[in-house]
Amino acid sequence: MDLVQMQKSLQDYTKSLFLEGILDSQFLQLQQLQDESNPDFVSQVVTLFFQDSDRILNDLSLSLDQQVVDFKKVDPHVHQLKGSSSSIGAQRVKNACVVFRNFCEQQNVEACHRCLQQVKQEYYLVKNRLETLFKLEQQIVASGGMVPAVELGF
Amino acid sequence: MAEVLRPEMLDISSNDNTSSLASSTELLHVLAVDDSMVDRKFIERLLRVSSCKVTVVDSATRALQYLGLDGENSSVGFEDLKINLIMTDYSMPGMTGYELLKKIKESSAFREIPVVIMSSENILPRIDRCLEEGAEDFLLKPVKLADVKRLRDSLMKAEERAFKNMMHKRDLEANDLYSQLKRAKI
Repeated sequence: MDLVQMQKSLQDYTKSLFLEGILDSQFLQLQQLQDESNPDFVSQVVTLFFQDSDRILNDLSLSLDQQVVDFKKVDPHVHQLKGSSSSIGAQRVKNACVVFRNFCEQQNVEACHRCLQQVKQEYYLVKNRLETLFKLEQQIVASGGMVPAVELGF
Repeated sequence: MAEVLRPEMLDISSNDNTSSLASSTELLHVLAVDDSMVDRKFIERLLRVSSCKVTVVDSATRALQYLGLDGENSSVGFEDLKINLIMTDYSMPGMTGYELLKKIKESSAFREIPVVIMSSENILPRIDRCLEEGAEDFLLKPVKLADVKRLRDSLMKAEERAFKNMMHKRDLEANDLYSQLKRAKI
């Protein structure tokens, strides 16, 4: 694939993530903060998000598996995940966390288990898509090209 | 016969730091407080892009340590610490942003520093409580670049006003001194 094709693929791929609601405009904010002096800013923040989220999801699984679920422990974790997903524009993860928190408030253990599954699903989805996005970017850079600035004409 | 000193010839320049923003190369120094790694990285970048000097800490306790307000150290050595703005997350484990705000407003050294609270939750009573306690502003997360720019501009304007007021005060003092000298017929 030549450079122009790769760049077009990247643009189309990025657009699809927005159209599917996987990412929201906050991700654009992140991209706007990236420049020649900080060319890896987006991937750095996203990597932190992955590390943070892996840890939180693990803690959540443990907390919900207890005989007696301590919602005072569960809720702050979900709140944190909601916050960090919101900060990077991972819209569907954030929305899943909002639903999760409602069930935490109701102290509904079964519903919370389902919510956790939902959050995990959305998280793995956005993780997978972003990893693909970064690979596409790396391919372009490796071919001596520049990653095109985000253009959302839709 | 002694020369009459005209006001313009008097030089009452003092050694205080209030003229620090007179030069446009001086950066606003912001202390950012957030327990989230992701948000710390994000706010730090937002502030750097907005031409601010940034110090980021991960808890209210560390913020107090940095300011020398944790009771462990005396304030000696902290007079030179020039912070122009504190931005803190509201919900943090241990001490919340609200509690940090109160501690800062209770301190004689730092109560004049504007404190901005950030929160992902749009809870009106919370916002009211923070503003009542003296918060400069309350920002909903995720914070936007436009929010930071707006803050920065209003702070620069406030410092400019303070600087102008100070210069005006000096003019008045100079004139007053001149009148006194004249009356004393020196």
